[in-house]
Amino acid sequence: MNLYAIKAIYLFEMARTWRTLMQSIVSPVLSTSLYFVVFGAAIGSRIAEIDGVSYGAFIVPGLVMLSLLTQSIANASFGIYFPKFVGTIYELLSAPISPLEIVLGYVGAAATKSVILGLIILATAGLFVPLRIAHPFWMIAFLVLTATTFSLFGFIIGIWADGFEKLQVIPLLVITPLTFLGGSFYSVSMLPPFWQTVTMFNPVVYLMSGFRWSFYDIADVGVGVSLAMTLAFLASCLGIVWWIFRTGYRLKA
Amino acid sequence: MAVDKTRNTHGTNRSMAPVISVANLSKTYASGFQALKGINLEIQDSEIFALLGPNGAGKTTLIGIICGIVNPSEGAVSVAGHDIIASYRAARSMIGLVPQELATDAFETVWATASFSRGLFGKKANPAHIEKVLKELSLWDKKDSKIITLSGGMKRRVMIAKALSHEPQILFLDEPTAGVDVELRKDMWEVVRALRASGVTIILTTHYIEEAEQMADRIGVINHGELILVEDKDELMRKLGRKQLTLNLHNRLAAIPPGLEGRGLELSADGSELVYTYDTRAQRTGITTLLKDLSAAGITFRDLNTTQSSLEDIFVNLVRQSK
Ligand SMILES: Nc1ncnc2c1ncn2[C@@H]1O[C@H](COP(=O)(O)OP(=O)(O)OP(=O)(O)O)[C@@H](O)[C@H]1O
Ligand SMILES: [Mg+2]
Repeated sequence: MNLYAIKAIYLFEMARTWRTLMQSIVSPVLSTSLYFVVFGAAIGSRIAEIDGVSYGAFIVPGLVMLSLLTQSIANASFGIYFPKFVGTIYELLSAPISPLEIVLGYVGAAATKSVILGLIILATAGLFVPLRIAHPFWMIAFLVLTATTFSLFGFIIGIWADGFEKLQVIPLLVITPLTFLGGSFYSVSMLPPFWQTVTMFNPVVYLMSGFRWSFYDIADVGVGVSLAMTLAFLASCLGIVWWIFRTGYRLKA
Repeated sequence: MAVDKTRNTHGTNRSMAPVISVANLSKTYASGFQALKGINLEIQDSEIFALLGPNGAGKTTLIGIICGIVNPSEGAVSVAGHDIIASYRAARSMIGLVPQELATDAFETVWATASFSRGLFGKKANPAHIEKVLKELSLWDKKDSKIITLSGGMKRRVMIAKALSHEPQILFLDEPTAGVDVELRKDMWEVVRALRASGVTIILTTHYIEEAEQMADRIGVINHGELILVEDKDELMRKLGRKQLTLNLHNRLAAIPPGLEGRGLELSADGSELVYTYDTRAQRTGITTLLKDLSAAGITFRDLNTTQSSLEDIFVNLVRQSK
């Protein structure tokens, strides 16, 4: 194991985060605060409690999850896309490092950043609504697992993308809709039966449900199912990454 | 083959075990274009090997494969006995690469980027070594500058510093002096020579033939993906070198005297010099006969000198022939 290489990549990526602090931390925090002002305070006060949780509090896990998904993907995809774009990837390809080490460095840094961001958003939320975390261990576990999974997913997008548009298209056209329709802002049980069934095909529902359970003990699906689905998604991303490096797909001529 | 067997600390006394061996290597790009055709090449320990060839010949592709950036289509490469695919870690940690294209992390400092490279190649941080490399490349006063603020030539040196940061035993320089001014180029040559003296094997490509002529121990010429020649530089110059004998005449001639035409003799425009071109490879150069015949014809000369054709001429001839 080339530990020095993992450390070098990880620190390099984290340094990039601090350099772009404004866009990587400040803007998600700002937009989350806006959500709270609009949905939590203004509209939320007119909405009935859901399963005994005020609407403002109910959406906290959803907002954290929304930022977690979009930021994990954005960080990790940009992290690996940029060296390809400017050509510095040559060094990565010529270094004595294994795919696993490259992934640990890049995905590890992206996930770390997302987890930090998630916690910051949570703290921000605490300023607007009273927070309650029923299962802190599982809350952190879901946070880390989701950040890791979607950083891996972002890493795959970054390798697949051969232009800046492609970098944007998946988060914009796939992830954001799935998150909004995945129960971030409502309970699946609030939907008509037909749409409840459709919703079950949305993987984000399982992440959302498990994450919200760790806060309020309420869930759309069993927490075991949530965990299994999250791990299954993680495993598929790992499989794709393994395949990419095995074939040199979009990395080597 | 053990590494230490192929290593040799005395640069001048090269051992025969190749440090890189390329066997039957071919590359066909996804586009269907065949960039390399069955290359066989052995690079000796602690030598400077210059790879010459016109644009698009396949130099960068060959280097890319050895360094792990391009997937080979066929054939095998080993570095100090380590296969570049099966034992990529051992092979790659010996190699430093300065690619042809300038590609740097614009917002990093010189110091940070060199330290990063060292880590990437699995070496423990060593500020003293990074300092030494930056000083040798006259980058020390720029160590805290962001790369984006440097000139093109400085960026090129930053890339060399990155390649040297992990103390490689083999260094690939893909057109290291492109866009570098004359003085700096001389400095770079010094750095390369010093590296070779310390036992580093260097493979460089260049379009400046005089660079190869001055620097290289051996020369390879590649054209259309084929290695058309690999030769000791001095040997090459001697074997393929055409020599010219110039005779400064006492009395100007209006034309080449009858009986002496068709022997490779040329008369200068003002008629004061006769130039005889001959091939040093030939069994007999014909000089003796020529001089005899000249004196028989009553032509006398004040002075004479010989010049040998440069590597450039040799190169141009070779590439033309292989077309
Ligand atoms: N990724 C690629 N896909 C398809 N063809 C390629 C690719 N890279 C290089 N080639 C082709 O392979 C051939 C060899 O290219 P290469 O870069 O190895 O040449 P070179 O000898 O380094 O030339 P130069 O002196 O211009 O740097 C060229 O014809 C080039 O167009
Ligand atoms: Mg080239």
